[in-house]
Amino acid sequence: MAVSLYGPEDARQTVCVYLEHNAGRLEDVSLGLISKALELTSGSDWRVCGLILGDDTRKPAQEALARGLGEVISIQHEIMTRFDVSAFTRACFEVILQEKPAVFILGATPDGRDLAGRLAVRLRTGLNADCTDLRLNLETGQLISEVSGFGGGVIALLESPAHRPQMSTVRPGVFEQQFVRPVKSGVIRQIDVSLSRSDLQSELLERSVGERLDLSKSQVLICGGRGMHGEFVQLNALAEQLGGEVGATRPPVDEGYIERERQIGQTGVVCRPKLAVTCGISGAFHFVVGIQEADTVVAINIDPQAEIFNYCDYGVVADAHQVIPALIEALARESHSSHA
Amino acid sequence: MHEFHIVVCMKVVPKAEEIRVDPESLLLDRENARSEINPPDMNAIEHALRIKDQCRARVSILSMGPPLFESILRVGLAMGADDFYLLSDRAFAGADTLATTYTLARGIDKIGDVDLVICGEESADGATGQVPAGIAEWLGWPQVTLATEFQLSDDYTVCTARREIPGGYEVHRVKLPAVFSVKTASNEPRFMDFDRKPWAMEEAGVIVWSRSDIEVEDDLIGLKGSPTIVSGLEQAETRARQQHMLEGDPESIAAQLAEILAPFHTRN
Ligand SMILES: Cc1cc2nc3c(=O)[nH]c(=O)nc-3n(C[C@H](O)[C@H](O)[C@H](O)COP(=O)(O)OP(=O)(O)OC[C@H]3O[C@@H](n4cnc5c(N)ncnc54)[C@H](O)[C@@H]3O)c2cc1C
Ligand SMILES: Nc1ncnc2c1ncn2[C@@H]1O[C@H](COP(=O)(O)O)[C@@H](O)[C@H]1O
Repeated sequence: MAVSLYGPEDARQTVCVYLEHNAGRLEDVSLGLISKALELTSGSDWRVCGLILGDDTRKPAQEALARGLGEVISIQHEIMTRFDVSAFTRACFEVILQEKPAVFILGATPDGRDLAGRLAVRLRTGLNADCTDLRLNLETGQLISEVSGFGGGVIALLESPAHRPQMSTVRPGVFEQQFVRPVKSGVIRQIDVSLSRSDLQSELLERSVGERLDLSKSQVLICGGRGMHGEFVQLNALAEQLGGEVGATRPPVDEGYIERERQIGQTGVVCRPKLAVTCGISGAFHFVVGIQEADTVVAINIDPQAEIFNYCDYGVVADAHQVIPALIEALARESHSSHA
Repeated sequence: MHEFHIVVCMKVVPKAEEIRVDPESLLLDRENARSEINPPDMNAIEHALRIKDQCRARVSILSMGPPLFESILRVGLAMGADDFYLLSDRAFAGADTLATTYTLARGIDKIGDVDLVICGEESADGATGQVPAGIAEWLGWPQVTLATEFQLSDDYTVCTARREIPGGYEVHRVKLPAVFSVKTASNEPRFMDFDRKPWAMEEAGVIVWSRSDIEVEDDLIGLKGSPTIVSGLEQAETRARQQHMLEGDPESIAAQLAEILAPFHTRN
């Protein structure tokens, strides 16, 4: 059997959380991972530590302590002004071999996936990608990762019994950030890793990242599916009216009617809005997982047999192209009269 | 100078809509689902063929999978690829990311003199997107994932690629050889070329390599080389909903909906 560079007998009872940061702040996905790691290990002897890399990690490392981590390992190096998969893999690899955590978790972001994919091979260990939940057996040290995506709402539980660290990337949005009390005695531990410019794999010629649309933060989501036949104008108007955002299922995204950042579900964004309105959406489980955490779901579909009606609080069997304009008018009238 | 050589990694997946789940056993019935080329891999081959359209390049398809993959992936030859390497052996079965990437990397070694490896963004049946990084690591090559555009230097030794990331883009320059994954839907895959079709579907010789044809360690392939196991299948919990159906004429439904939605106004 393929063997990892260290095994369960040498692994420490540690959950190591990879911390992504941008402009001096931790990314939401990392905050969610911190909360989850603390929850998984609470009341036990297990240790949770953050791992943060960059040319200046002071602020985000402090933030991690404020979020309840007792320890943050920081690797600062002048060449790490931005994520570089080659340099970051090298640095993380060294730290992991020193610390020997039983579990190493990352966010399933573009950087997190690039890093995890390389590290897992270098460490000769198992990697469960894009997980939707994690469980940890505190006695055996076994991490159980939940992944969906098999259709029909079936989830698979994955384990790596003989390999360490047990690595998983977790879908952004699935873990909520809990408020926790900061640890007073929290420490930031600097580790030096020798790196030079030749460790960078690529030259970044240009980078442009604008205001990032983050549907997971939206309180109101108006979602359109294939049944909208590419017509998103009315949905935009309704979203505007309610101060929300428009989301979509995969087909309209694949067909180019709407940006991919707006795809909701298994391979899109997992959201937790107060209200989700689904229009012309059949209710495939791949989509439904994305609105699972919504407080209220309203579904509009022309087919009374549509699966979505099993997942909604209020259902309307009708042509969405007719209902939405009528609804927009009714809402306008209502707000008019309430302001009058 | 050697011919510029692009390897496109492609796989076959069951059509998503046709996978059934047995509600009792929770087992997936993939047998009765028809198969198709992993849709993101169509974007990968299209990018490779566009490079070939611009310069003299050879495009090879590389896949690890059962013999069934052969007839389906011949479509890639009809689209314009020159060769098709299929890594097929019972011993490769049951591979997770580690074993899959190892096997594909050894296949790339065996092909030899490869300049560019292009993968799809993710597998539609697993959706993990970890294979490209894994291949790059086994080979020790740079990687750029989520690429949407490629530009080769005049001497074909450097590639500049634009990649799409949440909220924007980056442009990276890497030395070749390198591994790329391409953003799903970043191009419009071409149809099969009518003139190539008879050759591609019937005559073209597919190079099938088994475990003994590529230099692999038995411990690192297939189920044996896979650290991860599926320890259980469960029905995901779904939140109970009211499932209250609104009745009435369109006017009245709109009014009822407006009443339900009004409290959710987030502006002001
Ligand atoms: C690995 C994997 C990952 C996936 N990830 C995602 C994901 O993240 N997100 C996602 O959404 N999908 C995902 N999918 C695809 C998913 O399985 C479904 O195919 C998709 O969600 C269906 O979208 P839909 O409901 O818009 O289209 P359809 O299933 O075609 O449904 C269209 C609905 O519109 C209704 N309709 C038609 N006309 C009207 C009208 N005038 N008014 C009202 N209703 C009308 C029809 O009755 C029908 O119910 C994934 C698939 C796979 C295999
Ligand atoms: N068995 C395979 N054979 C060839 N290419 C593969 C195979 N598995 C994955 N790939 C490639 O890796 C990409 C990402 O796959 P994954 O990491 O499984 O989501 C796919 O789009 C393919 O290009």
